[in-house]
Amino acid sequence: MKRTACILIVLAAAFSVGCSRSSTSTTSMPKATAYGAAIVESSGGKQTAEVGTPLAQPVVVQVNDEQGSAVTGALVVLRGPNGIYLDPAAGLTDSSGQFTSNISMGTIPGRYQLVASTTTKMSKAVDLKIEEIALGYQETLGSQLNDQYCARCHNQESSAERVSNYDNLEVKPHPFTEGDTLNKMSDADLMAIISHGGPALNKSPLMAPYGYTLSKSEMQALIAYIRMVSDPPYGAPGIVYAQK
Amino acid sequence: MKLPGPLEKLRQKFFGNTITAFGWTSLILLILLSVAPAKNFFADWHRYQRGYERLISKRSDAVTLRRHFEPGIQQIWLPEMGVVDRCSTCHSALKEPTLADVAIQPYRPHPPIPHKLEEFGCVVCHRGQGTATSVEDAHKSTLAWEEPLLPAKYLESSCGQCHQQDLKGTPQLNLGRKTLRAYGCVHCHTVKQPDGTVIAGTDDPPSLAHIADKTTREWVYAWLKDPQAYSTTTTMPNFKLSDEDARDVSAFLISSSTPAALKVVQASLDEAKKVKDDAGLLTKASSLYGESFCASCHAVQNAAGNLVGGNIGPELTKIGSKAKPEWLQSWVRNPHDYDPPTGMPHYRFSDQEVGDLTGFLLAKADADLLANVHLDAPTGEQVAHGRRLVNDYGCASCHVINGVKKPENFAPELTKIGSKPSTQLAFAPGVPHTLYDYIGAKIKQPRAFGTGLKMPQYTFTPVQVDGLVNALLAHNERALTLPVSKTVPAPAASHYEPAGKAGQLMNDLNCFSCHAINGRGGDMAPDLTWEGSSVQRDWLVQFFRNPNTLRPALIRRMPKFNLTDADINTLTDYILAVYQSPKVDRDSMPLAGYPAIQVEQGKQLYYSKYGCQSCHIIDTKLDKGYIGPTLTHVGSRLTAAWIYNWMKDPSSLRPGTQEPKRNMSDDDARALTAFLMSQKGSEKQEAKKR
Repeated sequence: MKRTACILIVLAAAFSVGCSRSSTSTTSMPKATAYGAAIVESSGGKQTAEVGTPLAQPVVVQVNDEQGSAVTGALVVLRGPNGIYLDPAAGLTDSSGQFTSNISMGTIPGRYQLVASTTTKMSKAVDLKIEEIALGYQETLGSQLNDQYCARCHNQESSAERVSNYDNLEVKPHPFTEGDTLNKMSDADLMAIISHGGPALNKSPLMAPYGYTLSKSEMQALIAYIRMVSDPPYGAPGIVYAQK
Repeated sequence: MKLPGPLEKLRQKFFGNTITAFGWTSLILLILLSVAPAKNFFADWHRYQRGYERLISKRSDAVTLRRHFEPGIQQIWLPEMGVVDRCSTCHSALKEPTLADVAIQPYRPHPPIPHKLEEFGCVVCHRGQGTATSVEDAHKSTLAWEEPLLPAKYLESSCGQCHQQDLKGTPQLNLGRKTLRAYGCVHCHTVKQPDGTVIAGTDDPPSLAHIADKTTREWVYAWLKDPQAYSTTTTMPNFKLSDEDARDVSAFLISSSTPAALKVVQASLDEAKKVKDDAGLLTKASSLYGESFCASCHAVQNAAGNLVGGNIGPELTKIGSKAKPEWLQSWVRNPHDYDPPTGMPHYRFSDQEVGDLTGFLLAKADADLLANVHLDAPTGEQVAHGRRLVNDYGCASCHVINGVKKPENFAPELTKIGSKPSTQLAFAPGVPHTLYDYIGAKIKQPRAFGTGLKMPQYTFTPVQVDGLVNALLAHNERALTLPVSKTVPAPAASHYEPAGKAGQLMNDLNCFSCHAINGRGGDMAPDLTWEGSSVQRDWLVQFFRNPNTLRPALIRRMPKFNLTDADINTLTDYILAVYQSPKVDRDSMPLAGYPAIQVEQGKQLYYSKYGCQSCHIIDTKLDKGYIGPTLTHVGSRLTAAWIYNWMKDPSSLRPGTQEPKRNMSDDDARALTAFLMSQKGSEKQEAKKR
């Protein structure tokens, strides 16, 4: 009787172990050899990439001590929302106090908030928030249209290959990241100004009408893109935050 | 029947008499029968549907959402596409844009795309198993269901199944297709589009028939060992040849070379020799290199290590370590002598200019490149071995080599690679067992898949690899069997050839390397299909004599070819007569004589109503627009009829132009034409031109 019970229990245990799908994470965390007091972003924030694709530039953060000088060997842990791929997700700062990670965006379009954290000597966690943007189909189309039709005037950044026209304009256009202004405008307003030009909303005629050049869905894609890159963020859909 | 000990006791208790036995048997049957409905009740999809009902019940638009919601197994059935998709059973909110703030799956609505769910279903784009009703079966690769869901970064491949032309919303697929053509993949692998056309390469691997005239065996050896050491941007892959193999291949290539019809001018050679080692003369030659706009096509690495220049021709950073002086001076004089189909234009340089440029280029040498290459004269055995290697590695798939036939189907055909079952693939260790991971790994490190493989190592960036995976996944069984109504073929490749003497000149100058006409040609310079309707004769003649840029912020420019007056006349006559738009009658409006009041009205419209100064310059003191061409001389450059039609609808004359269509009234268009035609440039400049 007892033997049967024993066998049954062993069988049940083996069955449950064999069938369980829970996998224990095996990534080993490196051991910090030094501790900093602050963590700052060096580069790589506020980039855009298509969903599921890598960002063009890696995210680089730096750990500093109380005096503001770089700390080598401090442990930096990067966390992000589901779906985002961090390579690596944790590591020690290098000889210039920096930790570099290559990021691939998740599958849901929207803003992704990364949290880079390091611990101080007093084992207190110091966090740094970094935002990245994943473009869905509509926003990707919008960004391509932006490159073709809008960026020459609306983007101040100039390169030898593509000289910006921003400085030449008497009335300055709003960069698409300028959320303070653009977030106050409704989708209908943006649609009107894109299709009928500046005068549609009593603004400068230097902004030409594109309603006979772009289709309605193209203009909607452009608006989706403008909403996605605006800073501060546009209050509507698609904001994905880091998990606790 | 007597059972042993305890079991007999149980039998007595439960099945001792008929009535209890019947009762217990019924109970057991009932439990067994309830397994099926219970399994249904606890199925994944049931759980998700209950979850969805809970989710929507808390929302303000719960009533509407509940009205849209249909419980039970849902299915999209599209017989002509072979689609049976039950995904919407769990993904209940696909068509509910008001749930856009929901971040948990399976309840997110589908982001806006140009297609309707009912027309395409889900698996056409996302792959996976449409008929499955459990999470595991639908999304992953299981024993019975092999097709996993596509990761987001490969989704654009699915657009490419139907759309054979580039789409604005699919940058990755576009990049992949471009890479597939530009890196020579299609020289070895046949890839057919669904309409049966074979994809052609856009790279132009040089012929090696006269290689010994062009360069040394030492350079060929160093190049074979590591092409990127010579040029970081070359598309030639690394075949990872051993020292002996590279020695023998270089021996064979040099020995198989026949002399080309080079024109060697001693004066040019002497000049080149002088210039090469003289800093002062080099500076002078460098300005000739600049004025000839060589950098529009060729890049050179600057002191900071950045490449400066175009990517139409090969990089020239170390050309002095490669090219023989006799070959280089001949090439600069007339590249068609060595390689008739080359894309490089035939500049009409004087012998001295040829020498200056040759010297300038010969000075661009890297002493380290060949410092460690010491080759003895080859033995016959080595040459024979080299020939075998050239055959084994399929070198003739890309290059013309004397005595070696271009192999047919050298590498596996990739027309259906995007639907190859993963059970038929041999995976390298560490590569996840999915098709897309296989393709990606194979492109990244082809030789990791076994020994004795021939596919060479490319230097793709991760973005290019992802692009290529996208492009290749699009070549699959579904793409080949789509109903005609769903296919969007690529525009047929144009094989336009200009005729007569002008046509010969245009090919000699290789206009098509930069300009497109009737669908054939490059996109660096303006499309000239309707140039004949657009420009005035005097301006065109002047432009050929001395091309000056029309756009202030442009660094790529039309070179001066030093054409004779007769050649210029031939070209001008041909362009004006042949390249005419049926929509624009160039003689329908006068070039001058518009009433002052109309000109003034046009000026008002130009500056206030239409804000043209945001992109164009008319008054060099006031206007600063950098986007469109400068219009200070537009009245002596363009025809009035062209301007008028351009005002009415620019993109009908030049598709893809940045200038928007304004839906302008005829009167406005006429007034603007009058104003623009009055911009003839300053008298002084006019006088200088004549």
